[in-house]
Amino acid sequence: MALTPPDDRLWWKQPLHGIELSWITISFLWGLLMFGMMVYWHLTGDQNLSNEAYRINPDVYAEKVEAAAEEYMVREDENSGMPVVHPPPGSDVYMLARLWEWWPILELEEGKEYRLHLSSLDWMHGFSLQPANINLQIHPNYEMVLTVTPDKAGEYGVVCNEYCGIGHHQMLGKLIVVK
Amino acid sequence: MAEPDQPEEQAPSTDTEDHAEKIPAMQSLLDNHFLLLFIGVAVPAVLYTIWGVMEVAHIPIAN
Amino acid sequence: MSNLMFRTCPETGLKVHGPAEALIKANAVVAVVFLLIGGLFGLLVALTRWQAIHLLPADLFYLALTAHGADVLVFWIIFFEVALLYFASAILLNCRLATPRIAWAAFFLMLAGAVMANVAVLQGESSVMFTSYVPMKAAPHFYLGLILFAVGTLVAVAVFFGTLVIAKQEKTYSGSVPLVTFGAVTAAIIAVYTIASGAIILIPTFLWSVGLVGEIDTLTYRIVWWGFGHSSQQINVAAQVACWYAVAALTVGAKPISEKVSRFAFLLYICFLLLASAHHLLVDPGISSEWKVFNTSYALFLAVLGSMIHGMSVPGAIEVAQRKNGFAHGVFTWLRKAPWGNPAFAGMFLSVILFGFLGGITGVIMGTEQLNIIIHNTLYVPGHFHGTVVAGTTLAFMSITYLVVPLIFRRELIFKRLAQLQPYLFGLGAMGISVFMMAAGTLGVSRRHWDMAFSDAPFSFDYPPAAFMMMGLNGMSAIVASLGGVAFIVVIVGSILFGKKRDDAFAKENPVIFQGSGATVAHHGDAGSLKIPGTTILVAVFFLSFVLYYFVNWKYLSEVWPLS
Repeated sequence: MALTPPDDRLWWKQPLHGIELSWITISFLWGLLMFGMMVYWHLTGDQNLSNEAYRINPDVYAEKVEAAAEEYMVREDENSGMPVVHPPPGSDVYMLARLWEWWPILELEEGKEYRLHLSSLDWMHGFSLQPANINLQIHPNYEMVLTVTPDKAGEYGVVCNEYCGIGHHQMLGKLIVVK
Repeated sequence: MAEPDQPEEQAPSTDTEDHAEKIPAMQSLLDNHFLLLFIGVAVPAVLYTIWGVMEVAHIPIAN
Repeated sequence: MSNLMFRTCPETGLKVHGPAEALIKANAVVAVVFLLIGGLFGLLVALTRWQAIHLLPADLFYLALTAHGADVLVFWIIFFEVALLYFASAILLNCRLATPRIAWAAFFLMLAGAVMANVAVLQGESSVMFTSYVPMKAAPHFYLGLILFAVGTLVAVAVFFGTLVIAKQEKTYSGSVPLVTFGAVTAAIIAVYTIASGAIILIPTFLWSVGLVGEIDTLTYRIVWWGFGHSSQQINVAAQVACWYAVAALTVGAKPISEKVSRFAFLLYICFLLLASAHHLLVDPGISSEWKVFNTSYALFLAVLGSMIHGMSVPGAIEVAQRKNGFAHGVFTWLRKAPWGNPAFAGMFLSVILFGFLGGITGVIMGTEQLNIIIHNTLYVPGHFHGTVVAGTTLAFMSITYLVVPLIFRRELIFKRLAQLQPYLFGLGAMGISVFMMAAGTLGVSRRHWDMAFSDAPFSFDYPPAAFMMMGLNGMSAIVASLGGVAFIVVIVGSILFGKKRDDAFAKENPVIFQGSGATVAHHGDAGSLKIPGTTILVAVFFLSFVLYYFVNWKYLSEVWPLS
C-alpha cells in the first residue's frame, strides 16, 4: 500500500493499464490544446496585452500626464472638480494612480483606438475598469502602454484593486466613453 | 550519496531472476532524492526566477 | 542506538521513534492553534465583506485580512506540513529522526517567527497584506518574523532529508520509499525553493525597512516574492495528495493502482509545478508573453497533467480496494458503501472532489495569459484559492488528523457524532466561500477591499446587485465553515486532553485503521484486470466540466474591449 515500500522491487517495469494510458494521453493532449489556445489568441484574438513598458521616474510621468491634461481638458467634473480630458482619437492618452486617486477623468470616443499609458506615482495600484472588467497591475517607476478600443459608450468606474493602504477603498476613478 | 561498505543495492538473499535484474533508469532517478532536489530547485530558478528578472532588466528607459 | 526510544505501533507494526512522535505532536498542535487564530480572522473578514453586516472598520479589516493570510496560508499549513514530513520519514521508514535537538530548534525558531509576525500585525503598523508589496512598508519585525519562520522551516526540511539518509544507511526499509513518503519528498523539494525565494526577497526588504537598503524594485519584488507566495501553496498540493493516498490506504485499504504512474505524476510536480508562480504576473508591465505563456502553463501544462493523473489514481485506488472489500456490484456501489461515517475518509474524499472541481479547474483558467485580464485581483482569485487551500488542503489535513489522534496521540476521539458531521460542515462552508467569491469576482468585484459600495469615494460606481448577494452568501458560508472549524478544534483538542487512552491492548481490540483481508494489498499489476468504471465516469464528468468552463471563460473574454 501507499504507506509501505512497493511490493515489486522493479515497480517501474509494471505494465501500464489501458485506462490509465488513455487518461494520460487525453490529459496531455488537452494540455497542449490549452497551451496552443494562448498562442492562437495572440495571433487571432482581440484581447491581448502588448507588454510594452518603460522605466520612468514618477515625477517625469506626472509631468507628461499633466501636460496632456492641460492640452485636452474640456471641462471640470461637477462634484469632484477633477479635469475631464478628451484627447483626439488615435492619440496617446495618460492616466496616473496615486494615493488615493486615479487622475484625470478620461473621455474617449466609442470605437476609436487609443494608446493608454498607466503608471503609479507612489505604491502599487490595480487598474480595474468596471464593468468592462479589464484588470491590470500598475507599478511605480514603470509606464505601461496598451492599445484600447472602447466598444461601448457609457460611464465606467476605475476601481483600485491592489491594496494600497487605508484609503484604498476610496480610490475610485472615472472613464467616460461617448458616441 | 556514498555507501562505502555496501556498494550493491540491498538484495536480500531470496535471489530470483527479478532481483538480479538491473533497476530501470527512471526508477533510479525517482529513488535519488537529492538529484530530484537539484532538479526541483534548478528548473524554476532558471526558467521562472532568472529568466523573469532578466525580462525586468531589459525594460527600456522612457524617453 | 537504544531501542528504548522506539515503541511498536499495535495496529501497523511500525516502529515509532519517541522523539519523532513528540515533534509530530508539537508541530501539529501549534498548527491547529494557528488554524484557530487565522480562521477567526477569516470569519471577521467575511462578515465585513458581507455588506449588510460590514462588521469591522476599515483599519481593522485590513489588519484582520493581513493576519488571516499569514496565519492560515503560511503558519497553519507549514507547521502541519513539518509534522507530515517527520511522519513520512521517521515513522513510515521505521527510522529514528535525524537530530531531534535541531528539529526542536527549528520548531522554536518557526514559533518565534510566527508569533513575532502576528505581534507586528496586531500592533497595527503592518497592515500590508500577506504579500507586503514594496514600497508599502511594514514594521521591521513583521519581515523579521517571516524570515525567522522561513529559516526554521528550512532547518526542519533539512532534518527530513537527513532522516531519509539515515534510513537508507541503516537499511530500515528495502527498495524504494513508500509512495506517501515520495509525496513528502516532493513537498520538501518544493519547500526548499519556496523558502529560498522567500529569503532572497524578504531579507533585502527587511534591510530596506530599517533603512539599510535604498530602494527595492517593485517588479523584481513581485517575481521573487511569488516564487515564495505561490510555491508555498504548491507545497500543499504535494502534501495533500500524499495525505489522500495515506488516508485512502488507512481507511479502505487502498493501494496505488500503479506506483509508476503515481510517482511519475509527482515527478511532474517537482519539475514544473513551481513555474506557476507566473500566474500572478500576467498583467504586469514589461514582461514578455513568451515568459508569461511558458511559465504560466507549467511548461505545456505538464504539472496539470500530474494533478489529472492523481485525480484518477486516488479515486481509482479506492474503487479497486472497495470492490475487493466486497462492493463489486454495479458502477457506484463501492462509492455508496464507502465509510462515509468515518471523518477521515469523508474529509479525504470531499477534499479530492472539491480540490479538483473548484480549485483545480479554476486555477488553470485564471492561469491562462489572456483570461487573467478579466480575473486579476478580483475576488475570483481568493475564491479559487479557498477551493484549493481550504476545501482541498485544509480538509485533507483535517481528515488525516482524525487518524493522527488515535495513532500518534493514542487517544480515542470524543464527540464522535460531531466528528462525523464535521467534514461535511466544513466542506460545505468552504465550497460556498469558494463558489460565491468566484461568482462575485466574475462580476468584477475587487479583492482586499473594505467597501464595495464606494460610499466615501469621490465618484459613484455600482457593482451589479447580484455581486452584493454573492458576498452575503459568502458570509453565510464562512459562518458554516467556521462552525466546521470550531467542531474540528473541539473534537481534536478535546480528544487529546480528555479522550480515553488507547493502550496497546485496547488498540488491538478497537483498531482505527482498515482491517481487510490480505487480498486488498495483493498484486493487481495485470493490464487487463483493472476495472474502475465508477472512477472512469467521475473522471469523464470532471473533464467535460473542465472543457466547458474553460471555453465559457474565453467567451467572456471575447466580449471585452479590444486590447493590444
